[in-house]
Amino acid sequence: MNNNLLSAGHTACSGCGQSLAARMVIDAAGKNTVVVNNTGCLEVFSTAYPESAWGVPWVHSLFENAAAVASGVEAGLIYLGKKDSINVIAQGGDGSTADIGLQALSGMLERGHDILYVCYDNEAYMNTGVQRSGLTPFDTNTTTSPSGKKSSGNIRPKKPMPEIANAHGIPYVATASAGYPQDIQRKVKKALSIKGPKYLQIHVPCPLGWRHEPNLTIEVGKLAVECGLYPLIEYESGKLSAVRKISAKPVEEYLKVQGRFKHLLSNPEEIKKIQAIADYNIEKYGLKLQTEAGS
Amino acid sequence: MRQFIEGSHAIAEVIKLCKPGVISAYPITPQTHIVEDLAQMVADGSVDAQFVNVESEHSAASVVLGGAAAGVRSYTATSSQGLFYMSEVIFNIAGLRLPLVLTCANRAVSAPINIWNDQQDSISLRDAGWIQLYAEDIQEAVDLHIIGYKISEDKDVMLPVMVCMDGFILTHGIETVDIPSQEQVDKFLPPYKALYKLDVDDPMTIGPLVGPDYYMETRYAIQKTLGDCLKIIPQAIADFSKDFGRNYSGLVEAYQVKDAERVIIAMGSVCGSIKDVVDELRSKGKKVGLLKIVSYRPFPVDAICNSLKDVPKVAVLDKAVSLGSYAPLASEIRSAFFGKKKAPKVISSFIAGLGGRDITKDSIKEIYRLLTAKELQEEFIDLKPELLKEKYE
Amino acid sequence: MYGPLIVKPGSSKKNKTGSWRVEIRPQFLKKNCIGCKMCLLICPEGCISGEGKNTYDFDPMYCKGCGTCAAICPKKDILMIKEEAKD
Repeated sequence: MNNNLLSAGHTACSGCGQSLAARMVIDAAGKNTVVVNNTGCLEVFSTAYPESAWGVPWVHSLFENAAAVASGVEAGLIYLGKKDSINVIAQGGDGSTADIGLQALSGMLERGHDILYVCYDNEAYMNTGVQRSGLTPFDTNTTTSPSGKKSSGNIRPKKPMPEIANAHGIPYVATASAGYPQDIQRKVKKALSIKGPKYLQIHVPCPLGWRHEPNLTIEVGKLAVECGLYPLIEYESGKLSAVRKISAKPVEEYLKVQGRFKHLLSNPEEIKKIQAIADYNIEKYGLKLQTEAGS
Repeated sequence: MRQFIEGSHAIAEVIKLCKPGVISAYPITPQTHIVEDLAQMVADGSVDAQFVNVESEHSAASVVLGGAAAGVRSYTATSSQGLFYMSEVIFNIAGLRLPLVLTCANRAVSAPINIWNDQQDSISLRDAGWIQLYAEDIQEAVDLHIIGYKISEDKDVMLPVMVCMDGFILTHGIETVDIPSQEQVDKFLPPYKALYKLDVDDPMTIGPLVGPDYYMETRYAIQKTLGDCLKIIPQAIADFSKDFGRNYSGLVEAYQVKDAERVIIAMGSVCGSIKDVVDELRSKGKKVGLLKIVSYRPFPVDAICNSLKDVPKVAVLDKAVSLGSYAPLASEIRSAFFGKKKAPKVISSFIAGLGGRDITKDSIKEIYRLLTAKELQEEFIDLKPELLKEKYE
Repeated sequence: MYGPLIVKPGSSKKNKTGSWRVEIRPQFLKKNCIGCKMCLLICPEGCISGEGKNTYDFDPMYCKGCGTCAAICPKKDILMIKEEAKD
């Protein structure tokens, strides 16, 4: 039995992408880490009294203030002269990061605290039952943006959180995916080696909310990246420094394995719109793998 | 050292003496001078704290929550709207049993927006599990901060303390205040040693999900601790009085109550004015008195009942209203005496000073005058009925 | 003293989530394993352990039967079989 810093026995759903990613993050960060968590799936499944899966000091306050509480923890550790040897990680889901917690996150980034903020993006308020958030993609079926006779699902695109974080002038911003677990660890280690505020957004498939088989978590994560809908990028000191090149699979391959996009499969017009989003990403970030020299 | 000093500056001076490690600052009238002064002290190196300029009061409270969780003495100040914005975190800090001192510069609440003094803000958060102490003058406000940290960090307490001082009246008033020396404060208030904290050498999970099988006991524990505080607070105040040469009575102060026929119960700076009126009326032979409440939470039922059980007529002066029901302090006073064999015959409720309306000596004399055998459910003092004639067609 | 408020680390191990499995469980063939450690890395429960080729196996006390290990093994050396089936 491994002595993971996020140990087994937690009550995440079978095949949960967020539990996988969270374990990657904390194992990469190591035991000299203090974690501040927002309310959400991760907090609920890992710390239901009297059991906690965390092997590092961990605190949970409210839904939207992990970034602010982490700011206080970092200030306290600096005052105690201990900050140089201790990582501070603030983490939360897409709802608590991009919506209700955006103010606290923005304040933390602007003040320049030495904290890594990790956003586990499963693209909806999953813990309360799959409601639409600011990071829910276009045309996604959630309970508050359902598809129906007069709707194809969510009518807005994802809030560009990596760019919003980057606009604060922080040293490191990256996106990652549960489909590429070693990449998560690489990016966490890189982020923690940089002083200052860092933002890491990890795409984490949710078998329950996205409606796919639990053993397809990594496959689905990979497809999102490979079709261009979830670019894996890094910004360093404000500039785009690295991207993961992709073969640019058609978005339909990604959409058809998930029940939350089922309503689109009979609607080629909508799929075209989503393909346009993927194409825009591929163009904007230069994601396309060059197959021939000079092309 | 005695200084002629503005209330906010005095608070900044005493916080400096308490040596916090994390200070979070967000401006709101009338507390802003406190955090501005502390910022200047940090800039000049006379306060060695991490000064965090947050982007809202919600984050101001969250930052000091984080600081306290990391095992560091922390401080912030707020008022009215700010207190309400951070109210979620206020409940959270008490629930997590983290020590803290917060200055509430009492101010009226919106809407309509009003920046002047009443006590609606802190009284509206009386259920949060915090200890609430109300200061009569700047000296008491200063002293209550030192006492506040002592009580809050006590291992048998571990609950946050809100020191309430009337906005503008005390924050911007100028009085002669004895600011203690660093040696005096260091002797009374040792460095904070956290009972539990975020420590990589001894990891623990703070703030888990607690279900129906476990939650109730955490609330019972806070209730029980606040009950214990009815002994711990007076002891701390007595120790402070001895060490610093003050004359505080504890949870309440009974001023000329012994043989009084009519007593006003009040909290905060208005008590100073009431004492002046009591002296004046006593010199004319009227048997009047004042019961000043210092500790609003925990509510000192026994101290109140013991002080007033032989007083026939009691007036409760509230600077707040529980809209739709009785004035809050009046409600609690009436509940305190319910079923007691010895109790005042008349407990009349008076509401005054809302939104900063001046409570003059005449207003106080009016209260004593209206305190007759006829019990008043609720009487607004100095109300202007002509302003109620506004019509919207 | 404060009631149920603070939890010591790693206490979730008391919760044997292996009881969640109903239909399928992994079978580590230990024949063609190349020791890439991907299974150990990606298990959402972190209940796969081992040290070297053909030594990796799952902990039936915690495995929820999601099948991610079988999906990711590059040598298809992990199968998902019926819960009742013998090894």
